[in-house]
Amino acid sequence: MSAGAADRAGSEPVPEQGWVAPHVAAEFPGLGISWVELEAPSGRSPEPVQRRLRDLSDRFYGGQAIHMRERPIPWAYRVFFRQIGLDPDRTRTPIEQLAFERIREGAFKSSGLPADALTVAVVETGVSLLALDADRLDGRLCIRDSGPGESLPGRPGELAHGTLAIADERGPVGLLFGALGDGYAAGEHCRRLAIVAVQVKGVPQIAVAEALWIAATTVDAGRA
Amino acid sequence: MVDLLERDSLDGLRVEVDELGARAELRRQVGRLERELAGLFAEAFGRVELDHRVAAIAAEPRVLDLGELERLRDELAERVADARVTLHERARVETRNRELVRRMIAAPENFKWVQVSRADIGEPGCGHWHSRPRLGPIGMLMGWWRVKVSSGCPLSGRLAAVEQEAQAQAIAAGQFG
Repeated sequence: MSAGAADRAGSEPVPEQGWVAPHVAAEFPGLGISWVELEAPSGRSPEPVQRRLRDLSDRFYGGQAIHMRERPIPWAYRVFFRQIGLDPDRTRTPIEQLAFERIREGAFKSSGLPADALTVAVVETGVSLLALDADRLDGRLCIRDSGPGESLPGRPGELAHGTLAIADERGPVGLLFGALGDGYAAGEHCRRLAIVAVQVKGVPQIAVAEALWIAATTVDAGRA
Repeated sequence: MVDLLERDSLDGLRVEVDELGARAELRRQVGRLERELAGLFAEAFGRVELDHRVAAIAAEPRVLDLGELERLRDELAERVADARVTLHERARVETRNRELVRRMIAAPENFKWVQVSRADIGEPGCGHWHSRPRLGPIGMLMGWWRVKVSSGCPLSGRLAAVEQEAQAQAIAAGQFG
């Protein structure tokens, strides 16, 4: 991935802004995509990250999960899910998925890095994040609708024309709030990581910046 | 008259429709209804079950057309209306139960063995009001009735486990510290 601001000199990562196809942006003002690129961590989360997860688990309980959808940012994602045809009670928003798992498991379980960094950032801010293998990406990320004959790499079948997707300059990388193409998720052998935030109307820019910053600094703390 | 029904003759009556604007307005309404439904869902949680689900319109994310947005808006509006009715009915039941508790406390002998839980009056927790005889069978024979208020939920196993773990850690710290 050629673009993408990085933490190469050990300074704070600067988010890179992606673009949204003009006709999609006209339908969904406020929709945006941004990311930071980092060296990928590997393996288990260190104790400070695990402790932070435990602290978050202790601060998060059932009442909050019930009232979560009334809070502005989780509500904004729920509304956006509705507006793009998804049922947010079935295809849960990232923050609601984490809340569901917290209630089911009794805690935010550690899954190693970068997953734990994303959990911390999503629970703290409510902003939707995902982690991609930056080496697989080509150019700036965008949100656009799929064209005829396009498909997700490694997945059978073509995408229905007009499916909203996250794409790079080569083609779709994954569905918007859905499955990723094979090999794009940040995995064990990933060397560079792109933490991607999808912003929707009602989610302030500062919350997006904060989410990316929390995730990036947590990954950094894990690597140190 | 026949001319009026011909398609061509209606061309002049066509109205420009701002579809983008219409879709934006429908999305705004969807957002408002979703907020309202979220509030009702939270208000009802633990008191009464609400049907708050609206099925997905699409299998994969995409821009919905005007008809689909209208259907979504209408279904959400229906859920909100149903939820309001359900909550209103529940509130009436709870009000009746609160009144019953007041009357039980005033004259427990008129409500022998009646039990009203906190959930029945829309309060959180596990307590209840129970009209029982004082001193068991003697009270029953003498007509000495009273309303006993239970003290609430027992400690859950998880809370007890946390407490035990904290105690074990304190003991271990004392042993090795």
